[in-house]
Amino acid sequence: MNNDQTIHVHEGAAGTHEVLHDGNGHGHHEHKQSFISKYIFSQDHKTIAKQFLITGIIWAIIGALFSVLFRLQLGYPEESFPILETFFGNWAKGGRIEPEFYYALITMHGTILVFFVLTAGLSGTFANLLIPFQVGARDMASPFMNMLSYWFFFAAGVVMMSSLFVQTGPASGGWTMYPPLSALGQANLGSKLGTDLWITAMALFVISSLLGGLNYIATILNMRTKGMSMTRLPLTIWGLFFTAILGVLSFPVLLSGFILLLFDRHLGTSFYLSDIYTAGQALPNEGGSPILYQHLFWFLGHPEVYIIILPAMGMVSEILSVNSRKPIFGYMAMVGSLFAITILAFLVWAHHMFVSGLNPFMGSVFVLLTLLIAIPSAIKVFNWITTIWRGNVRFTPAMLYAIGFVSMFISGGLTGIWLGNSTIDIHLHDTYFVVAHFHIVMGVSAFFGMFAGVYHWYPKMFGRYMNNTLGYIHFWVTLVGAYLIFWPMHYMGMAGVPRRYLDFTIWKSFNQFNDLNRMITVVSIIVFAVNLMFVFNFFYSMFKGRKLRTQNPWNANTLEWTTPINPGHGNWEGEIPEVHRWPYDYGKDGRDFIPQTEPVGPNESKH
Amino acid sequence: MSSFWIIVAFLLGFLIVFQIAKASEYVAILKGEERARNESNRINGFLLLAFLVVGLFGVWYCNHALKDRILGEPASDHGVRIDRMLYITLAITFIVFVITQVALFWFAYKYQEKEGRKPYFFPHNNKLELIWTVIPAITLTVLVGFGLYYWYEITGEAPENAQVVEVTGSQYKWEFRYPGADKKLGKKYYREINPLKNNSLGQVWSDPDNHDDIVASQEVHLVVNKPVKFIIYAKDVIHDVGLAHFRMKMDAVPGMPTTMWFTPKFTTREMKQKNGDDFEYEISCDQMCGKGHFSMRGVVIVESQAEYDVFISKQKAQYAIAMEAEKGNPATPSPSGDSTQNKSTSISAVTTKVIQ
Repeated sequence: MNNDQTIHVHEGAAGTHEVLHDGNGHGHHEHKQSFISKYIFSQDHKTIAKQFLITGIIWAIIGALFSVLFRLQLGYPEESFPILETFFGNWAKGGRIEPEFYYALITMHGTILVFFVLTAGLSGTFANLLIPFQVGARDMASPFMNMLSYWFFFAAGVVMMSSLFVQTGPASGGWTMYPPLSALGQANLGSKLGTDLWITAMALFVISSLLGGLNYIATILNMRTKGMSMTRLPLTIWGLFFTAILGVLSFPVLLSGFILLLFDRHLGTSFYLSDIYTAGQALPNEGGSPILYQHLFWFLGHPEVYIIILPAMGMVSEILSVNSRKPIFGYMAMVGSLFAITILAFLVWAHHMFVSGLNPFMGSVFVLLTLLIAIPSAIKVFNWITTIWRGNVRFTPAMLYAIGFVSMFISGGLTGIWLGNSTIDIHLHDTYFVVAHFHIVMGVSAFFGMFAGVYHWYPKMFGRYMNNTLGYIHFWVTLVGAYLIFWPMHYMGMAGVPRRYLDFTIWKSFNQFNDLNRMITVVSIIVFAVNLMFVFNFFYSMFKGRKLRTQNPWNANTLEWTTPINPGHGNWEGEIPEVHRWPYDYGKDGRDFIPQTEPVGPNESKH
Repeated sequence: MSSFWIIVAFLLGFLIVFQIAKASEYVAILKGEERARNESNRINGFLLLAFLVVGLFGVWYCNHALKDRILGEPASDHGVRIDRMLYITLAITFIVFVITQVALFWFAYKYQEKEGRKPYFFPHNNKLELIWTVIPAITLTVLVGFGLYYWYEITGEAPENAQVVEVTGSQYKWEFRYPGADKKLGKKYYREINPLKNNSLGQVWSDPDNHDDIVASQEVHLVVNKPVKFIIYAKDVIHDVGLAHFRMKMDAVPGMPTTMWFTPKFTTREMKQKNGDDFEYEISCDQMCGKGHFSMRGVVIVESQAEYDVFISKQKAQYAIAMEAEKGNPATPSPSGDSTQNKSTSISAVTTKVIQ
């Protein structure tokens, strides 16, 4: 199906025929779209992207707020905060966080941030926004499916949100939800209704992710504009493409794991349960294996971290190149390393299970495969650094975040070499070292990639700029804060301090970090406040930001900057532009930039 | 009240920052966009360099402040190997860390936008890319080689003469079973578990191997310089035997016994001399197991063979305890049943809150 056909079919569905001719899009009288079909049940990829982003922002605030709450407990275990009782009642009796509440908070923090913010909020936003723009398509292959993808995500959010309000509390077995803990309501309060709602929400989320992912793949493969060969795609699109493939192949496995868990919970099966004596009672289940769940979970769980990081890598590659006024170094190596990471992502899941009772021989295979990932990662890092080298670097907030991303990715990636080596993992497994590692390498890095993307493409989304000064303050406080929060945690991990402990007073080996914990809590509150300021900047600039006056504010080569400032449905007035070159001709032959739409001149040098 | 003032302070700070940010935008327009951009570019370039310098100092300072709080000398032979592997990896990764971070921030600073600077059109270079593919590959081969060598030593079969101890985790306590004089652990079956009948592990009494097995709770005694093999069970959910001082860790999985072995190098007394009287070898549960996870604490006591023999000779087989109780002599306290709760109460008020 070609682009024009799609848009027509799609318009038929939306009940309007004039969109294509309405170049200036937003809010113009030619539009016959109603408020609902334009802003709520919209099938326009740009609107869906904004829906994903704003929903993601709301979830990010909730998820981050949860982390502030449990950081209060960790930083000030002896103090009580009466205000908590006001808001949370029995969950924080006397202003002190109850253990069940603490575990519910960390579980929800993990689930929300990993899935709702960094999967849906990040790749949902930028895949929707950038794929049609940068491949040169009027919309997604199936705009209707795209709309469904958002609304399944929304439904997942509603169910997850409702689980926060049930009497026995939301799921509280950790975001990995290992059975038997997550299967037995008698062993854990959060494993009652809260876990059923958690599983339901996640099932809806998987559907959303599949609908989105299939659409992204179809669009990238089939709807590239004339001349846009695969090797002329911006790296953003490559990143999003591999992300979608990872998601489509691994999310169904996760769902199967959840369904078996649901069976064990309600239908008396024994997939994960065996030899259990709990709450004064021996359960009838025999023969199941909790390890099976871990395999099914991490078969998604590991690719998931690449689902989170690949879109960020793609956007960072693009932003570094644009703002260094230099081509990305080693385009093919970048694509190749993305491909290698995608393949390896499926072959390393058991490195989360070195001390789970896994056969040590299996463990050794996974050590080898895991450390292999360091090679494509190293290539990417060196290529990013070489991209900046001898450039002419502009420090827009997006560029600063891209540089911050590389710094964070180095710091967190290197500790992956520690943890991927099973020998070291024996000591560091499930300690604060792991917390530090994954927060830096996928949490903070992915957020940096996302912030870079928001600052960079905000003008495309809303036709206005965000406030730069607020952006700079946001960046510097977040960068310094993130290092202050997570760097010292490596030391706690080397001291063996276990994760998921809310109080260390009874421990002789782990109680020496009280002052450090307090520092981390204070910093995380400051970083939280500054990020609220980012949210404010985001919404304020939507209405009051400096207006965009040129089509191409960053002097970039990619196709999205050839659309009108406020593109209507269909993106381009008239014909979709034809592409004649790769997107990274910056500084070539003495020219600052050469857009992809410009034909190759007869005297142009080759590369 | 103080939280109220903190919120007020945050709001005020935010208002001020916002006003400055808004004003700076007007200033930028007045000055001309080009000049304003140049200025902010210079400031941010400088800040990147400053961040690099201060950050590297911070890395040193963090190490300086915290290096004495991480664990000292490993207390097991495996621990020595794990620490060695850790330091090899630290050396390599730290070098890469410094080189890449310095390059990243230095290049950003050095090549910041300047009037008349021509960016160097440098799309690819096969030689460079080959170099930074091959060098990491070789380095990683070395790391994998060392790692797997140690890994097989650590996870290989325990020596013949190893002392065998069974460890069982359940919400939120540790229980231990010593094989007794016959050196054999008797059979058990989870449906036999009955704490009221002094059978908290589900030992099958018809198996004679069980008759001399000793069961204890919360504390396990080991012999210094003698290999010990733990056979690890869980009763309800997944737990994890975490032994930070020995650098060892293994999950306790319901329905699937796991094992771990190591040789303790120092007695508890020796460690107290080194680290102060407050020292104890602790067992921490390292796998999320429910609301009392953070208080699931056990203690390892490493002692000389002689001390160990004295300890064992004083223990009563669980079989004897259970049978006596059944004969209507409930005066004997069971070491595994109710003692847990008393112990936890004494550990701390926090634990009690959880268990009750």
